[in-house]
Amino acid sequence: MWIYEKKLQYPVKVRECNPRLAKYLIEQYGGADGELAAALRYLNQRYTIPDKVIGLLTDIGTEEFAHLEMIATMIYKLTKDATPEQLKAAGIEDHYVNHDNALFYQNAAGVPFTASYIQAKGDPIADLYEDIAAEEKARATYQWIIDMSDDPDLNDGLRFLREREIVHSQRFREAVELLKDERDRKKIF
Amino acid sequence: MKNFTHKKTYHPYISPLDPCPPIRTKTYSTPPHLYMGFQPENLEQFNPREALQAGTLWKAFYDPYYGPKEKGRGPNE
Amino acid sequence: MSNKQMPKEFYTMMEELQSIDFVLVDLTLYLDTHPNDYKAIQQFNEFSQARRQLKNQFEERFGPLQQYGNSYSNYPWNWNESPWPWQI
Repeated sequence: MWIYEKKLQYPVKVRECNPRLAKYLIEQYGGADGELAAALRYLNQRYTIPDKVIGLLTDIGTEEFAHLEMIATMIYKLTKDATPEQLKAAGIEDHYVNHDNALFYQNAAGVPFTASYIQAKGDPIADLYEDIAAEEKARATYQWIIDMSDDPDLNDGLRFLREREIVHSQRFREAVELLKDERDRKKIF
Repeated sequence: MKNFTHKKTYHPYISPLDPCPPIRTKTYSTPPHLYMGFQPENLEQFNPREALQAGTLWKAFYDPYYGPKEKGRGPNE
Repeated sequence: MSNKQMPKEFYTMMEELQSIDFVLVDLTLYLDTHPNDYKAIQQFNEFSQARRQLKNQFEERFGPLQQYGNSYSNYPWNWNESPWPWQI
């Protein structure tokens, strides 16, 4: 089971009301390489992977939910109390006529989240390489959002998230090494 | 390694028919974990507050990324 | 409508807890692939103890961080009190 903790992993700050940045950030909320996809991907792979990497998938998958909450917080703060004029200027009035201020699992182009973002091949090496690629893609997405943003406080939180992708990628690479270990080779009698 | 960096560059072909003003040098990230292999024991750590700020407990993985709009910190740092 | 504002100590204690917990998260992932690093496990257990103390201190002042019985409750039930993490 999971226990919720009433605290963010990192102190998220946003300097100004800026719905346009929220539009970019939604990519990491409900996009293909976003935090929701990451959490669901890793937790789902646990059922068909050698026992010695289940702990890692559990812990990284759980951390991804903390990142999802950070992204939600950023979007919440960037759009809280924004006026209809600001929303129009940001080009997200089409979101608001459907959802108002509600967060919706979609990417920056408004495409709803889909399970097909999450691969599950059942082959431990293929799945871990998928995970490594997912971390690198998420790292790149954070770079492109930082490039588009002029909010230093927001970028501070995004830099944290990008750095976590690096550490996760490192651990998945180590997981591959653990599974390659010759001590676990198939015994031939 | 001499002049080691976590940014690499390349120079794409530029056609006289390209409509946008050319970007002559393109960069991409090659963060430190790509060179780490299996992490050895006893690597140097940040203190807890620095670690939270950096997003990593171990200094060897630290690779801050700054956008072009962030003052005083070019994207190549 | 609520005009409640969290005092400065809320933010400093929260960040202290976030710092200790971050060390624990990163050590957890490390130990998942380095289960025989004795020194790292010692560090993990030390930080685990420190976070337990800090959690208790924080909760005495600002209410429960976890529920389902992982934190005590005041009277009346105070789990539901603002602010939630995205509101602070």
